[in-house]
Amino acid sequence: MTDLVPNEQVKTRIARRIAHEFMSQRRRMFINLGVGTPTLVANYIRDEIIFLQAENGMLGVGSRATGDQVDPLLINAGREPVTETPGCCYFDSATSFGMIRGGHIDATVIGAFEVDETGNIANWIIPNGRQLGVGGAMDLVAGARQVVVAMPHTSSNGKPKLVRTCSLPVTGYHEADLVVTELGVFRFRDQRMVLTEIAPEIDVAGLKTVTEADFEVDPGLRPMPV
Amino acid sequence: MILDEKTCTVAEAVAKIRSGDRIMVGGFGNSGYPEELVDAVTESALKDLTIISNDLGSPGIGLGRFLINGQVKALIGNYYNWNPDVAAAKNAGAIAVTLVPQGTFAEGIRAAGVGIPAFYAAAGVGTDLAAGKKTAQFDGREYVLERAIHADVALVRAYKADRRGNLVYYKTARNFNPLMAMAARLTIAEVDEIVPVGELDPECIVTPHLFVDNVVLKVKP
Repeated sequence: MTDLVPNEQVKTRIARRIAHEFMSQRRRMFINLGVGTPTLVANYIRDEIIFLQAENGMLGVGSRATGDQVDPLLINAGREPVTETPGCCYFDSATSFGMIRGGHIDATVIGAFEVDETGNIANWIIPNGRQLGVGGAMDLVAGARQVVVAMPHTSSNGKPKLVRTCSLPVTGYHEADLVVTELGVFRFRDQRMVLTEIAPEIDVAGLKTVTEADFEVDPGLRPMPV
Repeated sequence: MILDEKTCTVAEAVAKIRSGDRIMVGGFGNSGYPEELVDAVTESALKDLTIISNDLGSPGIGLGRFLINGQVKALIGNYYNWNPDVAAAKNAGAIAVTLVPQGTFAEGIRAAGVGIPAFYAAAGVGTDLAAGKKTAQFDGREYVLERAIHADVALVRAYKADRRGNLVYYKTARNFNPLMAMAARLTIAEVDEIVPVGELDPECIVTPHLFVDNVVLKVKP
């Protein structure tokens, strides 16, 4: 990662910005959160008309369960124990992915290894032979109405994660709608990547040095709230 | 014995499984899988099994036990990152693994249960997991042709059953269980409680009894 933003602030900044994205729409929304940084988005949603869906079969996922609240048979898709919210419901996995595939889920928030400048997403496997899993990643990027990628701007060894062309196996082609990193907010318009917000620690020229993908700058470029 | 009595012991139920069978097992992570049925299969002499499940638990835990004594020939599922034994066994050539996107996996099982041989899905179009599969365009979008996923046996976990085999579930332990109950030739349900016929609210039954062949009571805590 770049050292512009302290490590411990990277994830919370990204999660807060994505939560704001949903709450600012002031409408009922159904959101699926992936594992890792995306899960943190739940901590910043203060809105009773935003409902969290877990693909293992729950709508109305509450906060993470602690202490006596932990029930091993009540988990989210990251296998973490969670709590219920009033009016929550359970369903089987086919109904759950029916919600996703059928266009009933307004947005999914996912992590990614790479996103390229046409909106291709690589987030399911690093081919090193040690991992073997796709989970719901391909279904979610194809089915959710909006695909929001939450990821650090660069990898742990400093390589850009916003690339010209994905080098890793792709999860979905041209599926990314919004990418939020600690350094900026990018929106995809007709398979072109457009910077719409920029963090206070950096300018556009600086951002280009840590971004391999070509991107356009929105004429209404705004500071990213941090 | 009453004709619609389906309850039996774990040993009686597992005795119906044959080596070489394709076995579906419900559960997500180590949550909501039929623990005593899985234990009994792992302690049996059954071999050459194809296990169809979301994941394979953790190393040596839950469904992970299937790998320990080499009973598995093949796996069909979607997420084995929680159990690195799976990638190791595949790399060693000991087992075959077929990955299917989770939603397609769920729908494939449902399709088998409801008599649909194949269906189109957008998940995975153009990716490694769609390699070799037919595609078609509908309304300007490309889809992959996916096949129904059948099994010889389904081992499912439910919360309560009545003696006729109607099932209700508990929280996120429902997951793939109701789908798998429909998709196999032989369905065995492991439950926490068995109640008399008529006691379950008919409006709340999730799996109708015609899908269930046997019910075993979970007795270990």
